[in-house]
Amino acid sequence: MTTINLTNFVCPLPLRRYPQIVMGHGSGGQMMNELIEHLFAPVFAGAGQPVPLSDAAVLELPDILANGSRLAFSADSFVVSPAIFPGGDIGSLAVHGTVNDLAMMGAQPLYLSASFILEEGLSLETLGQIVQSMAAAAQIAGVRIVTGDTKVVERGHGDGLYINTNGVGILPPGINPTPGRVTPGDVLLVNGPLGDHGIAIMSLRAGLQFETQIVSDSAPLNGLAAEMLKACPDLHAMRDLTRGGLAAAANELARDANVGLEIEETAVPVQLAVAGACEMLGLDPLHVANEGKLLAIVPAGSAEVVLAAMHNHPLGQQAALIGRVTETHPGVVVGRTAIGGQRVIDLPAGELLPRIC
Amino acid sequence: MKYLDEYRDAPVVRNVLAEIKRTVTRPWTLMEVCGGQTHSIIRHGLDQLLPEQIELVHGPGCPVCVTPLELIDKALVLAARPDVIFTSYGDMLRVPGTFVYAKTGTQANDLFSVKSQGGDVRIVYSPLDALKIARENPYKTVVFFAVGFETTAPANGMAVQQAAREGLDNFCVLVSHVTVPPAITAIMEAPETRVNGFLAAGHVCTIMGVGEYRPLAEKYRIPIVVTGFEPLDLAYGILNVVKQLEAGAYEVENAYARTAPNQGNLAAQKVINEVFEACDRAWRGIGVIPQSGYRLREKYVKFDAERRFPDVGAMQSIESDICRSGEVLQGLLKPDQCPAFGKQCTPLTPLGATMVSSEGACAAYYKYGRIQD
Repeated sequence: MTTINLTNFVCPLPLRRYPQIVMGHGSGGQMMNELIEHLFAPVFAGAGQPVPLSDAAVLELPDILANGSRLAFSADSFVVSPAIFPGGDIGSLAVHGTVNDLAMMGAQPLYLSASFILEEGLSLETLGQIVQSMAAAAQIAGVRIVTGDTKVVERGHGDGLYINTNGVGILPPGINPTPGRVTPGDVLLVNGPLGDHGIAIMSLRAGLQFETQIVSDSAPLNGLAAEMLKACPDLHAMRDLTRGGLAAAANELARDANVGLEIEETAVPVQLAVAGACEMLGLDPLHVANEGKLLAIVPAGSAEVVLAAMHNHPLGQQAALIGRVTETHPGVVVGRTAIGGQRVIDLPAGELLPRIC
Repeated sequence: MKYLDEYRDAPVVRNVLAEIKRTVTRPWTLMEVCGGQTHSIIRHGLDQLLPEQIELVHGPGCPVCVTPLELIDKALVLAARPDVIFTSYGDMLRVPGTFVYAKTGTQANDLFSVKSQGGDVRIVYSPLDALKIARENPYKTVVFFAVGFETTAPANGMAVQQAAREGLDNFCVLVSHVTVPPAITAIMEAPETRVNGFLAAGHVCTIMGVGEYRPLAEKYRIPIVVTGFEPLDLAYGILNVVKQLEAGAYEVENAYARTAPNQGNLAAQKVINEVFEACDRAWRGIGVIPQSGYRLREKYVKFDAERRFPDVGAMQSIESDICRSGEVLQGLLKPDQCPAFGKQCTPLTPLGATMVSSEGACAAYYKYGRIQD
């Protein structure tokens, strides 16, 4: 009979210290707990306020909720590739995206959730870097990441990682920017040059090099929006200019408010390098994505005061008045071109496709 | 933007427009050959600033629009093959074909749909990117959709030369190259033609020079002005055509000499001649135009995707009988005169390529027309 010697037995199954995500990190077992305890929780914890590891966060909402304020709630998912790009990464983007969605409703964002879908094989170093970036972005935006979730999918079933963020914020009484309030005569303001994010990502994917490196404009817009609302609590509508760019946001507003929008194309700020890249790729900068830009529609009488407030904020120094709301051609956005012609600024039909010639 | 803003300078463009108004005394129909010019005219609203007597009709110079349905279907079939990585410039991905995906029995009528059903379809910015993919994937055949006029032929030809030098046997091209002068001939030979003068495509002349237009101007007694793509280029080109028409002249003029030297780009012409030879080619919506296309020379025939996949090479397709893009491409029909325009046919439900391409006349009219609604 064979004797099995169990002295000094070491299980050959390695459990920890993988340099990459493995399926076990999403198992619900020890490995997942280690990932949350050692990678997510300490990074997301605010000063002296550890993130609870229970199933849901209990939120302390400021007293003003009782005074006619409302709760704003938003969700967004982030699937950007590559995950790290000039000017940001998927982590900071996931914070800015949801913060901005809340801010565009006039809300002050307070709490976020962060859910991760990780692909087997993702390096823990990359994940750590992205999580740190999320925490830094949350701190700058003044929000706390208080709950989340982790899943792992098999290699080939995800693009490294996807992040979903949800957020809640407080909407003070009397603040109500919504398309229904947009009125002919209102003016259109943007907070700076358009197209930086989309071109930064596209040039990286296409391996294009430009004389000036084009950096994403990813930024939290809640501070800027708060200053604008302080200057003009009656601000009629706001949209952050993400996928589809200014064209998409303007078309949505024109449709929802059933008004015409007219944009003076020469007044729209676009960086020289972005304009050059768009020429080369056959794209319209008004269709290209942004992650730190907004379109505000304000009563004409408030234009100056809102612009001044924008110019005083670091994210609005190049703010510009780019057009106005009209009664004519409801639902359509028209561009006044540099040479005095006019054209329809339409929604892009689908993904932006570089032209052949 | 240096070298660009000068050509969008509103006061200068207005001066040229004013001179056009002073010059024109009766109606003229001009054709801008290139889709890039159509796009620029609409994007800058130039058409609305011209005197009423000048009618612009849009020519067959959009490579996306004129690629025959058969080649789109061939591309879809190749892209659906599990052993193929199909590479293409971006704007071919939404062009509708008629291919039915055998695996699922569902219609996959553009390359995006084939991709969504498992085909390995990749957007490239240059045929050299496709070569790189071929080097990195030795166990797959990489097919590049070599579409375009004389402008894209040199780079596509160079990719074939490079593949031959490297012995990259897993690379091949689905060729859909067409050339401009035979198209001008076809338009002028059509009995119902209304074109009085041409704005020739500046980019094509950058490669080929202006010499091949002289016999055409002479034969059809028609002015041909080589024209660029910026508003000032286009206004200036129109002015020069109108001046000639009013004076009864029919010269070839080069109004784009800053980019298009009269002799063209000799090195690029050499590549084209080395790799390609002229052949009869079908243009979508127009039909076969003799000697209007390029095919690979015998020396490079092993890089021809239609030869490598003979079942694909033998395919035939039938066009929608509702779509009248062929007449639009010949300047015989304005897009909004087509009964399907804006109804069965919109940018989201295109029947023909003139509606799907960003340079297509129908897509441009669809956008513009909405201001007047």
